[in-house]
Amino acid sequence: MWKGDYLFLLQNLVVKDFKIRYRNMSLGVFWSLLNPLVMMSALTFVFTAVFPNNQIENFPIFVLCGLVPFNFFTVAWQNGTISVANNAGLIKRVPVPREIVPIATVLSSCVHLGIQIGLLLTMVIIFGRGINWHWLWLPVVWGLEILFVCGITLMTSALDVYIRDVRYVVESACTLLFWMVPVFYAIHSVPQTYANIYQFNPLAALILALRTILIDGASPTATLLLKLAFSSTLVFALGLYVFHRMKRHFFDYL
Amino acid sequence: MKVIELQNVTKTFHRSGGQRLLRHYLEEVLGKTDPQLFFALKDVSFSVADGESVAVIGANGAGKSTLLSLVTGLAPPSSGTVTVNGRAAALLDLGSGFHPDLTGRENILLNASLLGFSRRQAHDLYDSIVEFSELDDFIKEPLRTYSSGMMLRLAFSVAVNLDPQILIIDEVLAVGDQKFQAKCTEKIFEIRNQGRTILCVSHFSPTLRELCDRALWLDHGQLVMDGPIAEVGAAYEGRLSRSA
Repeated sequence: MWKGDYLFLLQNLVVKDFKIRYRNMSLGVFWSLLNPLVMMSALTFVFTAVFPNNQIENFPIFVLCGLVPFNFFTVAWQNGTISVANNAGLIKRVPVPREIVPIATVLSSCVHLGIQIGLLLTMVIIFGRGINWHWLWLPVVWGLEILFVCGITLMTSALDVYIRDVRYVVESACTLLFWMVPVFYAIHSVPQTYANIYQFNPLAALILALRTILIDGASPTATLLLKLAFSSTLVFALGLYVFHRMKRHFFDYL
Repeated sequence: MKVIELQNVTKTFHRSGGQRLLRHYLEEVLGKTDPQLFFALKDVSFSVADGESVAVIGANGAGKSTLLSLVTGLAPPSSGTVTVNGRAAALLDLGSGFHPDLTGRENILLNASLLGFSRRQAHDLYDSIVEFSELDDFIKEPLRTYSSGMMLRLAFSVAVNLDPQILIIDEVLAVGDQKFQAKCTEKIFEIRNQGRTILCVSHFSPTLRELCDRALWLDHGQLVMDGPIAEVGAAYEGRLSRSA
């Protein structure tokens, strides 16, 4: 069995993904900033000029609080899902622990995420919402989100080895998800029956928590945090279990 | 001490292998097609003692590479047991962990970590790898600017300098130009003389005969002969010339 240095390997794989993605782009990490800014402007235009009857203040940062987690989630999930099948050469030739491949892919999206969080925080300050001690919750909610993405990616990346259609299911799910999480609408517009279910979706819960922290300047409620922690941990444990069960026969299907 | 032991190992693949689509699963569930099995290895048993060097010979498709992937723990056997004691480094498909957009240096560190080395060990070994590869300044260039010979030299240098307990060689004994080939062969003999275990899959050649003491002959997934390399080699070549 493989008895190596997990951290060193993880670091090398993350750096590899990051370098490959940015080395051949002239604008480099600038793309990480451009995409959410363009989307933010477009959504702000639609929901303040085309449909001006919403009650939301500070719409640009309101929508950015939704876009940054949503972008991270979809990019990390989609890249992670195909990571095992795309690294067949590695999986079939080197006895590394297989879990490390999708996890490294998710973590390499975190570099990208870090830049976007920087943009979000800068925008929050520009819009006159200062720094306060509630910001200490930010690493907690983001950490739980990353745990959740790792879990769901472990699941879909293992399934994708056996049935390659999984990647297209994931792609469609992401398109659908844009409407099913409160990116550009407020949770209080959602009927109460559905609103409770929303909080079990870690992505929706993260967006709600971010708005509470950054726009309202308050701590997220204990129920929301508990639901976020519960579903993230559950999904991660389930992901590890599914991956562990399925990895035995990766070799035969790649 | 036995470092590698296989007991009644069988490995089967589905004929449809590789790409499996949803359609295939539905057809299987609906009973439209019987999954056809292909026996890559059939009831193979042997063991390798510490310090032995063993060659695996046989025609294309005889199951040699499947055997190596079982020994390295990449694939599970369909039935039977595979036991391996000690860290095996595989020279399977040189450079499979390489990426063209990374520099030689980055690829060395990545590969070392893939093969299970710590940061410290990787940095300690780095200089000897670069020196062995004779790539000099090219080590700072992305791999896509390398010639195929240079890439093989780098891959070979990484694998042999990582000091494996069991060296597994697949089809490649030597790469590069003649001078470098001689250096590769010398390095492999040096590893053998240090008392390491070697499992080598290759075309039957004078170098192989010299390197290994023992040979396993695989034919259509079955172990037909196991013995001193001179005897097995003679029988194997006899069979080839008869069928030709």
